[in-house]
Amino acid sequence: MPKDTALKKILVIGSGPIVIGQAAEFDYAGTQACQALKEEGMEVILVNSNPATIMTDTNMADKVYIEPLTVEFLTQVIRKERPDGLLPTLGGQTGLNLAVKLAEAGVLEREGVRLLGTELRAITCAEDRDQFRALMHELNEPVPSSEIVQTADEAVNFANSNGYPVIVRPAYTLGGTGGGIVNNAEELREIVENGLRLSPITQCLVEQSIAGFKEVEYEVMRDANDNAIVVCNMENFDPVGVHTGDSIVFAPSQTLSDKEYHMLRSSALKMIRALDIRGGCNVQFALDPDSFQYYVIEVNPRVSRSSALASKATGYPIARIAAKIAMGYTLDELINPVTGQTYACFEPALDYVVSKIPRWPFDKFSSANRRLGTQMKATGEVMAIGRSLEESLLKAVRSLEIGADYLYLPETSEMTREELENRLVRVDDERLFLLGEWFRRGYSMEDAHQLTKIDRFFLIKLERIIALELQLEKENELSADLLLTAKRMGFTDRTIARLTGNKGKEIANKRKELGITPVYKIVDTCAAEFSASTPYYYSTYEQEDEVEKGDKKTVLVLGSGPIRIGQGVEFDYATVHAIWALREAGYEAVIINNNPETVSTDFNTSDRLYFEPLFKEDVMNVIEREKPIGVIVQFGGQTALNLARDLREEGIAILGTSLEEIDRAEDRKKFEKLLSDTNIAQPPGAAVTSIEAAVETATKLGYPVLVRPSYVLGGRAMQIVYNETELRDYMVEAVKVNPEHPVLIDRYLLGKELEVDAICDGEQVVIPGIMEHIERAGVHSGDSIAVYPPQFITNEQKQRLVDITTSIAKALNTKGLINIQFVLFQDEMYVLEVNPRASRTVPFLSKVTGIPMAQVATKIMLGESLADQGYTGGLWPETPEVAVKVPVFSFAKLRRVDIMLGPEMKSTGEVMGRDRDYARAVYKGLIAAGISLPRFGTVVATIGDKEKEEVIPLMERFIQLGYRVVSTSGTADVLENAGIPVQRVNKLKDGSPHILDMIRKGEADLVVNTWTRGKTPERDGFLIRREAVEHGVACLTSLDTVEALLSTMESIHLSALPIGEEAKVNKKQTVMV
Amino acid sequence: MKARLLLIDGTVFTGTSFGATGESIGEVVFNTSMTGYQEIVTDPSYCGELITMTYPLIGNYGFNREDNESLTPHCQGLIVREHAEYASNWRNEQSIDEWLAMHHIVGISGIDTRMLTRKIRIHGTMKGMITTSEEPVEVLLSRLQDTSLRTDQVAQVSTKSVQISPNNGKRVVLVDYGAKHNIHRELVERDCEVVVVPYNTTAEEILKYQPDGVMLSNGPGDPKDVPESVQAIQGLLGKVPIFGICLGHQLLSLACGADTEKLKFGHRGGNHPVKELATGRSYLTAQNHGYVVREASLEHTALRVSHVALNDGTIEGVEHKELPAFSVQYHPESAPGPLDNGYLFDRFMTMMEGK
Repeated sequence: MPKDTALKKILVIGSGPIVIGQAAEFDYAGTQACQALKEEGMEVILVNSNPATIMTDTNMADKVYIEPLTVEFLTQVIRKERPDGLLPTLGGQTGLNLAVKLAEAGVLEREGVRLLGTELRAITCAEDRDQFRALMHELNEPVPSSEIVQTADEAVNFANSNGYPVIVRPAYTLGGTGGGIVNNAEELREIVENGLRLSPITQCLVEQSIAGFKEVEYEVMRDANDNAIVVCNMENFDPVGVHTGDSIVFAPSQTLSDKEYHMLRSSALKMIRALDIRGGCNVQFALDPDSFQYYVIEVNPRVSRSSALASKATGYPIARIAAKIAMGYTLDELINPVTGQTYACFEPALDYVVSKIPRWPFDKFSSANRRLGTQMKATGEVMAIGRSLEESLLKAVRSLEIGADYLYLPETSEMTREELENRLVRVDDERLFLLGEWFRRGYSMEDAHQLTKIDRFFLIKLERIIALELQLEKENELSADLLLTAKRMGFTDRTIARLTGNKGKEIANKRKELGITPVYKIVDTCAAEFSASTPYYYSTYEQEDEVEKGDKKTVLVLGSGPIRIGQGVEFDYATVHAIWALREAGYEAVIINNNPETVSTDFNTSDRLYFEPLFKEDVMNVIEREKPIGVIVQFGGQTALNLARDLREEGIAILGTSLEEIDRAEDRKKFEKLLSDTNIAQPPGAAVTSIEAAVETATKLGYPVLVRPSYVLGGRAMQIVYNETELRDYMVEAVKVNPEHPVLIDRYLLGKELEVDAICDGEQVVIPGIMEHIERAGVHSGDSIAVYPPQFITNEQKQRLVDITTSIAKALNTKGLINIQFVLFQDEMYVLEVNPRASRTVPFLSKVTGIPMAQVATKIMLGESLADQGYTGGLWPETPEVAVKVPVFSFAKLRRVDIMLGPEMKSTGEVMGRDRDYARAVYKGLIAAGISLPRFGTVVATIGDKEKEEVIPLMERFIQLGYRVVSTSGTADVLENAGIPVQRVNKLKDGSPHILDMIRKGEADLVVNTWTRGKTPERDGFLIRREAVEHGVACLTSLDTVEALLSTMESIHLSALPIGEEAKVNKKQTVMV
Repeated sequence: MKARLLLIDGTVFTGTSFGATGESIGEVVFNTSMTGYQEIVTDPSYCGELITMTYPLIGNYGFNREDNESLTPHCQGLIVREHAEYASNWRNEQSIDEWLAMHHIVGISGIDTRMLTRKIRIHGTMKGMITTSEEPVEVLLSRLQDTSLRTDQVAQVSTKSVQISPNNGKRVVLVDYGAKHNIHRELVERDCEVVVVPYNTTAEEILKYQPDGVMLSNGPGDPKDVPESVQAIQGLLGKVPIFGICLGHQLLSLACGADTEKLKFGHRGGNHPVKELATGRSYLTAQNHGYVVREASLEHTALRVSHVALNDGTIEGVEHKELPAFSVQYHPESAPGPLDNGYLFDRFMTMMEGK
């Protein structure tokens, strides 16, 4: 069926900010969809609140709206643009939920917008547990016995008749938020009550637990002509019980016979047909390891995280094809873009093994509950490809960047067998490494199987890896055969060296002497049956290499690896822009990256994609194969920068700012000298290498001080310490974290934080923009609300920022991007930090200023000056609109993590709010970030002593707005003394009903809590903050955020004001929305 | 133990022996199925062939007693990147190594099967040898050159005697050119009484069973190597509904006056899209054929094309314009492969109803 010619203008909804359960995969999907639609001559209107995405670039869609993803804003866009159709299935659960709401609100019908692709009926049928179960019964497809409940009592009744354990799944929540496996009535009540609150339709499913079954997923596609195919199936290493987003996954399935494979395939196709899906769909099964019995766990009627993985695992571009199907095409008339000669109506044949390992944030959140279950906790994932499972798995392990390049964590060697067993049963993020230790000690595979229920096939593979490790340790002579075997199993030179008592370099040399070097194979969807020219490669140790190079000069760009806190999709954005600039400048752009969720690992993005670990050996191998004129490391975050140091040792040319200069910015001593040479202030401080030196320095500086290890990523282990005891505690922890580098101690200046991104060609410096942070210094810049252009500083102060930035950029002989963070303290501008590379604000600033910063920087690295590119130095003219970047957190997914903002970054994503003035921009930003407050309600304030005075005017303003203020005794006393009406609530120690009960009962609309800096969960402040998070109540921990919120509420909402009384707020604006 | 794979063009791959030791010469082909190796090695259509599995891990779920497509394997050898030393599946009874050794099939693992596949794709299927012999390459190569591939595979794999599975439904004579068990199973599932007869059974003898329909099975080799079968089919046309699969399809086409030719490297795998021209629907199919019916040769016959391969446009199915006879080049009985094409057996049933 050819495309539907009635369609001219199409609205695409993105997935909003990156949160746990919804990451960069939807930027990849959305970008592909936009490209596919434009290819068909459609006018594409895109709405997404997340500026750090390629899809929100103006060349991706005809019109891009970076607006909050709410029914109100979408309705406005629809009324303004009047699209013919809406494509709802590419923006994750967020996009899908919005489309459903728009349809249910009658907006689509009223405005004549057709839902494209899968029909609403199918979406609701797959998403609504009741309808879905009814359909499964009709189709005779087995589902675990279950019941939909709306109260905890109903859940307990179900469990009483079906037995424990049971699984709880709240309806319509992201990444299984609020769900879990429970073993008794008490746990069940707690989880269900919480789940009901999180579910937008107040429904939970309680179901019979099938934990221990094999978990298998199928990615299916179907068109309107009923052609249906399976793109990929995947088998989880972890049996049912661990969320698939938190599972190690292999593609294709490894332990299913043809009968089992096709039994589940047929079932998946039957369902996609019954649901009348037109596009992509994901089906999850639980398969009994001892019979043909299976259960359908879940159907997602949209592209998902798994479809991004399936696309990268097979080469089959699911989102692109889904978009074309939505336009009316059928699978058998669409060409498979990988081969360019066969059709999209086929099922990819893999001739390699794909491994995916999730990347968890527990390195940042040491207090978080690491246990894995039905609620997803990973922020990102890595994928690796190999010709053996072992090779594939070990490549994935070293792609994680958790300091392990192999199945070995030193601390596991000290555990007792009992400890190992306990942790294997409980399932946490380190299970793979614990199993490594298990086999290292010679414990049995069968015991491991009994403890974990992991299929013996996978356990045997791990056992084999360890067996080779032990052999390497034992052999006196490393024979060529043994070396080749080790390389084929995915061992790094470094690991082989460690095991054989050699140096990594010696192994590398020996290997090369023996001719044991990797070859690169193509991912071609068809196992070499057809010729393919996709430049999508992976390494392996075999005979034939398939790389085809062009005759242009090559530049290698290092990607940023898995999404983690502190290194998000922003870096992929910059990486993709760098690639575009390279290609435009006539170079062959080659990328190495291992994150399957991203646009940079779409084989269309670069001239050649190497899906490889960002690990020195793997990168060097690619360099030896590609012989690039240089490597670009500025855009891949700390990952690429760390590699740059390794590459320098090998004499590889780094393009852009030289590493020596980068070191000058990052090495404390050199940096101090640089600033004093250029006469720029920085908070007094010093670098120390011992605890005693730390104490001495801190005493000299005066507390509080800011402490951090050098070379950090996203403020890891950075802390404000207020006294010597805290400092000593910290030093023990931090020095353990990073033994090779000194610890930095600075005086903590409580001032206004400002941030500048600049581009420099060594001569000229262009400053696209200055950003002002709403939260005072001490809150990590990634967690602060940033405002562009700055609202509360003078022109003279701006000029000082420009001057300082210009002189630092020049002093460092910067060739490319540079980011500088300042604190304005008592009208003195102090430099906090200089990052001579792309920062996370590059996409935000690029979007609001229109300067493609990463591209301009890339061209500078290639030798074009700013003048060549038409830029003159200085501050770029500020836009009349105001834009704010608001951080978004995933605290609901991470139990036991304190949400208190501090110098350690905690946010997972960001949104942008943009409008003609500050208040509106902040208002939109907060709404987009999910913080929306009613016009009146209750604010619960519990404020630390240091800030009690400061909070008085803020609470007064809440009263003016019509809010009720509730506080515990200390804060209440202060407020009452100031004449503010306040209602008292018990502290925890005063007994129930206390403040937590109040939050639990849903009586608070906003919680303001600045109590304690403590990290100990017992503390009241922590409990209050967590309670707010668990119950979906907005909780602010910085009074600066509260102030910003208040000003917007005052501006946006009309308030009653008697004649003659002056407005108590400064800026009063008219109403909107 | 070391094993080598030699191709007639002189290429040598060195790997590890598994299964039986010794030497085996055949035509090297590749199959892209990711599962179903047990069905593949027991499919009689692979008689005379050295099968390369493009998926690198073979043997993961072992061998079981249910999934054989014939009593004994007929392929000449198996070529894999890695054979599983340990198999895991609840039905597993034997590892691939043990199973192949028991059935005297040689295997080689540890070689760059993707390189081999690309070679075949570019140069076409070619004669090859798997050997555990330590002799020099020149000696092996000359032996390979001197050995000609057999052309009597059908006679080798077909049943020697008539076998009847009584049932209360339609009576179908299944002409066994090397039939896969699952064809039999599909018929029995539809309550058919199945009479399996040798490939060289004449039309008269077949008709003596008073069949409601005749099923022409799959089988190995070049259809032109069994002219007696073509002749028999000519005697059946118009007298009884006929359904042909794979070699059966080629023989039906030859019987109707069409011609066949060899494909460069054939279609072998479980992911081949086929378009049914009558409905415009596409189906995923399992395929295993090295020969194909020439499209131009249909021009003056009573056949019309019913199915085409989406990817290369080759003929995947024909039907007789007047008589109740149709056939497909692929495997509607699956095993291994997608279960999407069972509707063709239903069509055959309907055809027999309307006889």
